[in-house]
Amino acid sequence: MYQKDGESYFVVDSHMHYWDASPGNWVKGQEQYAKGWIECFHAYSSLGPPETHWPLEKFQKYTEEDLMRDLFEVGHVDKAIFQSTYLNDWYTEGFNTLERNGALAEKHPDRFIVNGRWDPRDGEAGLEQLAADAERWKLKGVKLYTAEWKGDSRGWKLTDPGAYRYLEKCQELGIRNLHLHKGPTIWPLDKDGFDVTDVDHAATDFPELNFIVEHVGLPRIEDFCFMATQEPNVYAGLSVVIGGLMHARPRFFAKVMGELLFWVGEDKMTFGSDYGIWEPKWQIEGFVDWSYPDSDQYADYPPLGVEGKKKILGLNAAKLYDIEVPEQCRIAAEPAKRESAVGVEN
Amino acid sequence: MTQAVLEALARVHDPELHAPVTTLGFVASCRVEEGRAEVRLRLPTYFCAPNFAFLMVADAYEAVAAVPGVREVRVVLEDHFAAEAINAGVAARAGFVDTFAGYAADELDQLRTDFLRKAVLAGTDLVCRPLLAAGRRPEQLVALDLGDLPPDPELLRLRARRRELGLPADDAAPLLVDVLTGQRVEPAAAALHLRRARLTQVGVEANTSMCRGMLQHRYATKEDA
Repeated sequence: MYQKDGESYFVVDSHMHYWDASPGNWVKGQEQYAKGWIECFHAYSSLGPPETHWPLEKFQKYTEEDLMRDLFEVGHVDKAIFQSTYLNDWYTEGFNTLERNGALAEKHPDRFIVNGRWDPRDGEAGLEQLAADAERWKLKGVKLYTAEWKGDSRGWKLTDPGAYRYLEKCQELGIRNLHLHKGPTIWPLDKDGFDVTDVDHAATDFPELNFIVEHVGLPRIEDFCFMATQEPNVYAGLSVVIGGLMHARPRFFAKVMGELLFWVGEDKMTFGSDYGIWEPKWQIEGFVDWSYPDSDQYADYPPLGVEGKKKILGLNAAKLYDIEVPEQCRIAAEPAKRESAVGVEN
Repeated sequence: MTQAVLEALARVHDPELHAPVTTLGFVASCRVEEGRAEVRLRLPTYFCAPNFAFLMVADAYEAVAAVPGVREVRVVLEDHFAAEAINAGVAARAGFVDTFAGYAADELDQLRTDFLRKAVLAGTDLVCRPLLAAGRRPEQLVALDLGDLPPDPELLRLRARRRELGLPADDAAPLLVDVLTGQRVEPAAAALHLRRARLTQVGVEANTSMCRGMLQHRYATKEDA
């Protein structure tokens, strides 16, 4: 919990990782991709405040102690959601798998929610694995990285024939939250890998599922916003937005926030630190203190007040994941929970 | 002649950021000796989208080859996952489908057109925002033609982008046009059109600032904006 000026903020970090991208985990013959991937992440981290930069070696593989301290001891985070990302073509044990994340979650069950993953290219076996993972880890969400390489394939779309079977399976298993992460490669390579049209179709066809587009679709924020404004079950995951812009480019950050607040709205935006790229502490503190620069340029963007910040930092994600919010962090506008209304014990 | 080659490169744009590769810092080096030009390009990350990377390398090749006196051209993309394929493909003037045999279904014309449309929308915002700030209302802007505006660099850029896309760009052409059809925007749709234009420009600005930051980290380049 973060407290500032008499206000209490319940913080859900809805997009974070515990990866191993150290050379020992690089697949033989694929080293250049494993190295390129983590160095690309490392470049992103340079957009945070200098005092929070890590040397590459630590960035490739940080410890459980680092994570627990950076998130919970000093980082104000109450609950963190692991977004499992496999990249098995490049990393022998995976980049950050359900098992690796889950082991940590089992040690600290009150701190973490573990999200799984699926990939339509895994076919029938993948559907079975998803069902097993859902039972083993009580999955409420999955992370989907559409640009993941698999053998000769360079990625997939939510509208690919096999993907709808997985979406149906999610519905059946009660996995309601799908965190989408677009990437530069997708088959065929002549198409725009970051295109979000497939999310639009899937969100319409699966109204009971929530589609949280991470990085707000960057670098296609315009396509994302125009789609999200029409789909009630599409959310804006703020990972990268706060981490990559708030410190490095405050004016652009203000414009992006203004656009998101206008097109998507404060009820459908969720905070994610993208740890280990960026530590949550400065992001949360800076965001609570944030306001538009004093200029006419921002005059017709929707305002963001304390309530909106509380929603974005934790309350919206808490709703998506049924996380209990302490009394003092709730906001008046929030409808009473069904169970508390009828006095039923959980 | 190096100067002429650099000027040619300044006309090569990043299709997503709508800015010259020279000002973005993507030209790592440029050497011309006895009519032989070698240009080395670099991008903000190892995983920058291969289709856009290909377009920039291919465009650079064409631009440099067209410089009078250049007899031989070599354009080399550095530090990129698909560099080998792209460099070889462009050198052989193979086209995208052949360069990425098995991975691509089509050439990149549609992709280029789609992003040119975004460039027109973003440019519309740059031209219209000062007018709105001066008190004009969106529905008033639909009555304006390009010839009604004082010529400034943003307007020239917008006209050039529209011409490239085959949209009307002369003095009698409407200021606000549907980027698909070229038709004048209806007054009732003006506010949303301008909102969308601004959103598109904000996207370009955010992406450009990220790309600059990443390039700076990667190559320890200096900030110039």
